[in-house]
Amino acid sequence: MHPGKASPILEVEGLTLSFGGIKALTDVGFEVAPGSITTVIGPNGAGKTSLFNTISGFYKPSTGRIRFQGEDITATRPPERARLGLARSFQNIALFRGMTVLDNIKLGRHAHLRTNVLDALFYFGRARHEEMKLRQEVEERIIDFLEIDHIRHMPVSVLSYGLQKRVEMARALAMRPKVLMLDEPVAGMNREETEDMARFILDVREEWGVTVLMVEHDMGMVMDLSDHVVVLNFGQVIADGTPAEVQANPEVIKAYLGSGDVSELRQRLHQPLAVGA
Amino acid sequence: MRIGTARSSYRHDESLFDSRTQHGWLAVLAVALLGFPFLADEYWLYLACLVAINIASTTGLNILTGYTGLVSLGQAAFMGIGAYTVAALEQKLGTPVLLNLLAGGFVAMLGGLVVGLPSLRVKGLYLAIATIAASVVLHFVFANWHAVTGGHSGITVAPAEILGVSFDTSFRLYWLFVPITILMVLGAANLFRTRIGRAFIAIRDRDISAEVLGIPLLRYKLLSFGLSSFYAGVAGGMWAYFFRVVTPESFPLIMSIFFLAAVIVGGMGTILGAILGAIFMTMVPEALKLIVGWLPLSADATLILSPVRTIVFGALIVGFLVFEPLGLQEIWRRIRRFFHLWPFRA
Ligand SMILES: Nc1ncnc2c1ncn2[C@@H]1O[C@H](COP(=O)(O)OP(=O)(O)OP(=O)(O)O)[C@@H](O)[C@H]1O
Ligand SMILES: [Mg+2]
Repeated sequence: MHPGKASPILEVEGLTLSFGGIKALTDVGFEVAPGSITTVIGPNGAGKTSLFNTISGFYKPSTGRIRFQGEDITATRPPERARLGLARSFQNIALFRGMTVLDNIKLGRHAHLRTNVLDALFYFGRARHEEMKLRQEVEERIIDFLEIDHIRHMPVSVLSYGLQKRVEMARALAMRPKVLMLDEPVAGMNREETEDMARFILDVREEWGVTVLMVEHDMGMVMDLSDHVVVLNFGQVIADGTPAEVQANPEVIKAYLGSGDVSELRQRLHQPLAVGA
Repeated sequence: MRIGTARSSYRHDESLFDSRTQHGWLAVLAVALLGFPFLADEYWLYLACLVAINIASTTGLNILTGYTGLVSLGQAAFMGIGAYTVAALEQKLGTPVLLNLLAGGFVAMLGGLVVGLPSLRVKGLYLAIATIAASVVLHFVFANWHAVTGGHSGITVAPAEILGVSFDTSFRLYWLFVPITILMVLGAANLFRTRIGRAFIAIRDRDISAEVLGIPLLRYKLLSFGLSSFYAGVAGGMWAYFFRVVTPESFPLIMSIFFLAAVIVGGMGTILGAILGAIFMTMVPEALKLIVGWLPLSADATLILSPVRTIVFGALIVGFLVFEPLGLQEIWRRIRRFFHLWPFRA
């Protein structure tokens, strides 16, 4: 899968973000090719989540632009960015505990539904029609796909960590994403859950034609899945290229060496994932 | 295990009352509601009307506080707006009853939208204080806008009249209030089957991520305020037709606390909770009065016992909060589960 020279679906340019004295991002720029799996890596505290939060509109950068499908969205409100097709999951899981799995997933579709208050109070016409269609689509396209049929009526609070991550992905898929942003989708998962998730990510790209932008620490998974890797260190891009290029980059080795992660990195590089398609 | 991907199975799954037992209980409830006025005396009919009004208002507050997580102590003041609107329309224009009630709802809703504006910035205790401030302002308006509200002496309201029938007894008002309240409760239940209700719950659970998932916060917080005060306005309108005189002292702050307590005691964020909470808050003081009446006491002792009644009522509320934080609806669910499994498991 080589996206070639198609114009980028998401473009970040000169992003700078500070929290008081801390510079979380400094002049960050990269491009995400349509249909690619692009991964942002970097040691803890490098600014990966801050970058995601800036792209989804949570934080306002002090300088820089974000372009999505050619349009400048730097000043666009977060709900509107969601409607345009920027969907995401969160590193520290942000499911709604007062809702069932099914309702959490349905919530993702919010921006694409038209039901207004009157429709809702009387629940006929548009409201009923929309809800039935949504239910069917969620069941057939998302719940079946992610293999979470058995938990659909459960409250999310009783689910294991791995399943919660999967429900978050389901909710992001319900958002009709053009770019799916996943913040550490396999953190805290065991080998088997990790392999499942890797397979889902590949399938989403193949079957749904969705572009994936993720943050991940699991190097085996990063090297196996990614078309393109961006490396952040202390809020700056220190390398940007194919997995092979990045792996060979001395700056990258140094960054991980500095944070003491290098042995782990090496070990993971030699232990590729078994991803069944 | 549900296998069917057929549309009909989703429809079944998505309906408000999906089991046969539920349909059975609904039928029993309908018969009880229809038969009640013919068996009950004036006192019980009076209480039934009051309960209907309180359920309507509590259901509204539950949308805002229970489901959207915005604490308000302004519900009584919004009821006041509805009551004054109905009283003024009835007195000055003599417009139809149902129209007046709707107007009461809409004017209260406007008030709610204004009071809701700070909710994007302030939350929790601060928002509660802002709604108290709004109540004080409204009280001032009620007491001083003589041309419309009649100042401190208030407005006397003529009996509601629909198609030549005068609703001047509790028996007759029952047939007006109970259907209206049922419609309002069903409306609230429907809300939570759609994107609107899901957005409210999402805001309650984590408002910042809700925004990233496509929910415009201010719009939905205001919508919740608007709906909640619309419910209060209609309830206040019914109140006006029930008590037939509206004064600035009719809707004190303690009444807002009463509704908040009803939401909490019943079980926040559940439709059944608001119903049970309103019934509890209305009926328990009456029940305590009855019990004291049965005790073989002298008139003096009964008088002394009156504050004790209030204390017992308060203790009961605290008791519920301590022993069943999920409210009366949770107790009800447990009873249902028990009978569901009985006699195989106890
Ligand atoms: N809301 C905030 N307020 C203040 N500082 C913040 C905030 N969010 C992040 N930071 C700081 O910004 C820097 C980057 O944090 P960020 O969470 O983006 O890192 P990360 O690369 O996602 O790390 P990890 O791998 O641990 O998830 C850190 O120094 C962090 O302490
Ligand atoms: Mg992070």
